[in-house]
Amino acid sequence: MQENNRNKAFTDGSRLITEALVRAGADTYIGYPITPANLLYLYATKRFPTMLAAPDEITALQWMSGFAAAGHVPVTATSFPGYALMVESIGMAAMMELPMVVVLIQRLGPATGTATCGAQGDLNVVFGTMSGGYSIPTFSISNYLDCWNLAAKAVHTAVMLRTPVVLLTSKDMVMTLQSFDWSVLPSIQPMQVKRYEGNETYFPYKTDDSLIPDFLPVSQNKHQVRITASTHDTKGILQNILTEAIENTKRLEYKLRKHIDSYTEYEFDEQDGADTLIVSYDISSQASREAIKQLRESRIKVSLLIAKTLLPIPSIYIDIANRYPRVVVVEENLMGQLRYLLFGVAGRKGVSGVNGIAKMISPTEIVEEAMRHV
Amino acid sequence: MSDTRFLTNAQLPFCKGCGHALVAQNTEKALQKLNLNPLDVVLVTDIGCHGIVDKNFLAHTVHGLHGRSSALAAGIAAGLNNPNKKVIVFTGDGGATIGMQHLIGGAHLGFDMTVVVHNNMLYGMTGGQPSEFTPCGFKTPTMPEGSTKVGYDICELMVAAGASYVERVIGIGDYSDSLEKAFAAKGFSLVEVMEICTSYGVKSNPGMKLSKLVDAAGWNVKVFADGNGTQFKTPVNKETQSLISAKLEIQPKYTSKIKNPVSIMLSGSAGEGVQSAAEYLAKAAMLSGLNSTKKGSYPVTVGVGFSASEVIISPNPILYTGSPVPDLLIITSVDGLNYARNSTGKMKKGILYIDDSLEAPQTGAKVVRVPFRERVGARNSAMYAVFYAIHHEKLFPIDAIKDLFLSGKMADKVNIDTLMQF
Ligand SMILES: Cc1ncc(C[n+]2csc(CCOP(=O)(O)OP(=O)(O)O)c2C)c(N)n1
Ligand code: SF4
Repeated sequence: MQENNRNKAFTDGSRLITEALVRAGADTYIGYPITPANLLYLYATKRFPTMLAAPDEITALQWMSGFAAAGHVPVTATSFPGYALMVESIGMAAMMELPMVVVLIQRLGPATGTATCGAQGDLNVVFGTMSGGYSIPTFSISNYLDCWNLAAKAVHTAVMLRTPVVLLTSKDMVMTLQSFDWSVLPSIQPMQVKRYEGNETYFPYKTDDSLIPDFLPVSQNKHQVRITASTHDTKGILQNILTEAIENTKRLEYKLRKHIDSYTEYEFDEQDGADTLIVSYDISSQASREAIKQLRESRIKVSLLIAKTLLPIPSIYIDIANRYPRVVVVEENLMGQLRYLLFGVAGRKGVSGVNGIAKMISPTEIVEEAMRHV
Repeated sequence: MSDTRFLTNAQLPFCKGCGHALVAQNTEKALQKLNLNPLDVVLVTDIGCHGIVDKNFLAHTVHGLHGRSSALAAGIAAGLNNPNKKVIVFTGDGGATIGMQHLIGGAHLGFDMTVVVHNNMLYGMTGGQPSEFTPCGFKTPTMPEGSTKVGYDICELMVAAGASYVERVIGIGDYSDSLEKAFAAKGFSLVEVMEICTSYGVKSNPGMKLSKLVDAAGWNVKVFADGNGTQFKTPVNKETQSLISAKLEIQPKYTSKIKNPVSIMLSGSAGEGVQSAAEYLAKAAMLSGLNSTKKGSYPVTVGVGFSASEVIISPNPILYTGSPVPDLLIITSVDGLNYARNSTGKMKKGILYIDDSLEAPQTGAKVVRVPFRERVGARNSAMYAVFYAIHHEKLFPIDAIKDLFLSGKMADKVNIDTLMQF
């Protein structure tokens, strides 16, 4: 009999994600059905204090923004077709600086593709969500512990930085059932948006050195609140290209960069003397962990980087990658989307990918690629 | 009527003679009649000429995207969930066209808000293109020959969708009484204000009179619904139960002798219990102290065609949950056989349990034929096959799955003895 399995349940990742979101302070779920996000929708009906069914995904994001403006922390879960409809509204919420979490559960595309097949095809879509190349903090889940920790981190980051956050995962993480000892899950504290407490006139987009403005919901009637998605000054009034307004727009990105250390999450399993680094994220992470176990058992030295904060890309990933002559990026898509973000179109000598679609990448494929140069 | 200001003293940002200015002024007057505090009012504006007025208002203002203001306002109203607050939307006929879904949806659900449609029958901000509200014969700079279609009757549409209060007014002079009634109504209200865009509408239709045009279009100027509609109440339950509950835990009671992971694929037809059989298998493995995973595969419509499930059971933690080649494959139907052909071909070893009625495919696995369907019927064939395989492969004690089965939902329907025919 195994040790440590007294608290084992047979669960899917959706259950853990939903529970962690609520514990971290999310209170409103706006749902629109789409495979493979339907389990989250179902759990949300049981767990969220407020759960509403939207008639489409544009409405979902707009309702969420309205709830956020009224002081709530909303969440939705979707897959690419729904995310595509949300794009304009996510940009709006980012511009308005409203906290919310979008759980993006990847399935096989393009377009409607195959709803019931997993994929890692949407990182570059999320990367390009915002006009102007602004970032949306994006976390990706590599195992059940991450379902818990990163769901909470997503809410905390959204609330702390006043921004939409994407929690990227895929079908096999949220729908596959696994035995899991949930006594290992740490406790989660709820976080609330920092509110303006002064008596002087409130400037909705004025900030201190933190670059994060204090919030006031439209539910209070002490100060006037102006929220806008158009280019605006610190009062929240639409301005054309006034310097103050343009500085405010730049601040949206600077605020995310300034605090990036507070939301940089990764796992680096370093082996002394290794020349090869395997980089992975999301559903391929487990196969990568299995692969390095097998490689090390065959006395092949190899290090592993699991990227959990995907956007903005933490510079530490580049620093780590630069220490290795051989880098193998493992991801379930055709051309290598993280590889592209890390190394660009030009690529880098010694960098290769293990890619594939319509099936989970297996540890064997990763081992073979890592061994190719040994 | 209070004299509380809702508008600043600054000039309104519209062309001379534009009807949008009157909407702002009548809105202030209606709110004064209702004695509201400006900071108990949230004005949500759309994108368009009418939408840039938010800076003139002393209420809370929210300015979002083209056409989405009514959905954004619905979220605010639902998020506030407070009948003492007033949420007002300013949108154009353009915004109402691209965002029609939100108007119908808002009226249907009865969100507590008022939409004021500034219908000048064209897109003002972008240079005078026609909208779906443009009436027959009305000319715009991009449609100088005049529209050949009738425009939407938004008021009729809103009544059909279930709006509480609906009125159409000619946007000239004082119509604050109408706005007041709409603002005071419970649930979703809409006032359509008929206007002329002085920059594009007047130039393209010289000499035209607004009330004549409205009349000719067949649009009634009247109250369509009187304010007795339903009002949306946001559900709030702060006492929901945790999803992590000890009830879901499985305490090991048996032991298994397997030393390595075993991946088992169960492939059959939808409606024949494949997914639940696989789940019993995985849970029984846990009851025997093993780790397990279960991944389902099925077409998008879950009720027809194949249904397959991959289960891994292992004495060690399982990282990778895929199983490219199963160690044990169980096929219970033709659909299952067709779906599993890919895997049977790849199997160089292992065991294939296949229903006796099927032709065994090419495979390197040892083939065992069993009349699963004949013995227990199609509906229970997958469950029976799982019992059979556990027993013969000695994965773990058969009592583990027997216990689970007897305490589960199916025990009333299926006699356990039928599943224990080895
Ligand atoms: C998604 C999107 N499509 C197109 C536009 C461009 N656009 C800005 S205002 C507008 C039309 C405005 O017309 P209307 O809503 O009738 O308001 P008006 O200017 O007449 O007051 C359009 C199409 C946009 N901002 N967003
Ligand atoms: S362009 Fe037309 S709608 Fe816009 S402000 Fe001028 S008159 Fe009004």
